[in-house]
Amino acid sequence: MSDAPLLSVRGVAKRYGLHMGCEDVSFDLHPGEVLGVVGESGSGKSTLLNCLAGHLPPDAGQVIFDTRADGPRDTVKMSEPERRMLGRTDWAFVHQHARDGLRMGVSAGGNVGERLMAVGARHYGDIRGQAVDWLERVEIDAGRVDDRPTAFSGGMQQRLQIARNLVTGPRLAFMDEPTGGLDVSVQARLLDLLRGLVRDMGLAAIIVTHDLAVVRLLADRLMVMKDGRVVEAGLTDQVLDDPQHAYSQLLVSSVLQV
Amino acid sequence: MIELSGVSKTFTLHNQAGAVIEVLSDVSLSVRPGECVALTGPSGAGKSTLMRMIYGNYLARSGEIRIGGTELRGAEPRKIIALRRETLGYVSQFLRVVPRVPTVEVVAEPLRALGVSAEEATARAEALLTRLNIPQGLWPLSPTTFSGGEQQRVNIARGFAHAYPALLLDEPTASLDPANREVVLTLVEEAKARGAAIVGIFHDAAARARLCDREIDMGRFAPARAA
Repeated sequence: MSDAPLLSVRGVAKRYGLHMGCEDVSFDLHPGEVLGVVGESGSGKSTLLNCLAGHLPPDAGQVIFDTRADGPRDTVKMSEPERRMLGRTDWAFVHQHARDGLRMGVSAGGNVGERLMAVGARHYGDIRGQAVDWLERVEIDAGRVDDRPTAFSGGMQQRLQIARNLVTGPRLAFMDEPTGGLDVSVQARLLDLLRGLVRDMGLAAIIVTHDLAVVRLLADRLMVMKDGRVVEAGLTDQVLDDPQHAYSQLLVSSVLQV
Repeated sequence: MIELSGVSKTFTLHNQAGAVIEVLSDVSLSVRPGECVALTGPSGAGKSTLMRMIYGNYLARSGEIRIGGTELRGAEPRKIIALRRETLGYVSQFLRVVPRVPTVEVVAEPLRALGVSAEEATARAEALLTRLNIPQGLWPLSPTTFSGGEQQRVNIARGFAHAYPALLLDEPTASLDPANREVVLTLVEEAKARGAAIVGIFHDAAARARLCDREIDMGRFAPARAA
């Protein structure tokens, strides 16, 4: 177990005018750790994720990532091209709606290959070979490599988005409601897939969701957010089974039993 | 191996008028390697609560809980996860798995998490499933649709896949037929023989008598009730 955190978040805040997006969020994430962020709509969890991933500039705080080349760097202070490079190599971002993370006019193989080309791969045969390999890893038939994502079901599009993101072997994945909007059976399949990939690749991940069942199965740790602040954090099963904060208790007790 | 001192537990129900329920106070307990200790007492005495605190699933309000020298209270989540992966096993009464994952993988998973190769982990899982009389035809299927007794045996196989130095067993023989009960009792005896420290809840008095070196009556940790 490495003792150096992969990501150190310190005092991150984002305000929309007078309205608070998120406030004073701090945590460390270690290699291979999966952190779940839960809370109701408007709790600031997606704002936080976008600030961490460099999609939104935070108003305060540091997001320190342990880069391969230069060690820990505050990504908030990085230049835009540097941050974009991280976004194409060591970071992955899985959007809730696959079409936000895919190029819908490009074939499935092209979607996966594009990210490889962005990091310098040029040999067509290699790129196509890796694309096919990744389609199979996310359980998409290799025969669909030349089809466009518009011809795919929602669950397949989501798996394609995951393949596109993970092909460059990132060390950190940001996921915004990765199973949202999918059928329950498709969700289960995706959860199984994500768990296997996280274990086999040693990937660290931050998963934002309002689905407590998803975090119970995927996340090692949990942060509960309310009104932009983290009200409770800890081991996932401990927070879910013995929540300490009034809001966490309400959240856990509000889940319908099946 | 398992050391508790001065451990207490209360639940504060913020959304039910802030009701405070005191469950346990001043629990001290020490279990050596190779020793099996039974927690006894009626339902509601706090047996499962204590087990869950030892597993880090419930937070103790006060006291110390040390497993193999690691203090649980205030430990970072990843320390507790590492402890659970390497040192501390828990056979709960309920099987909780990702749907769709085959039974054999569910059982092999604790070994895979320790870095054991897929072949070796699968072989160990298959051996345990065979011993626990789970028909081979069920191995490639998800256990979510299995009967209660089958799920319990899958859960036991999973809990015994890795030779944990410390084990928590919550009614491991509860809904088993005599043949399978015997298999489970033998598994526990083998774990004791290799030096595992075990804390268990057994409503089955004969099982308790056979496996346990000591019994701890949870009644003695009941908090004084305010009249």
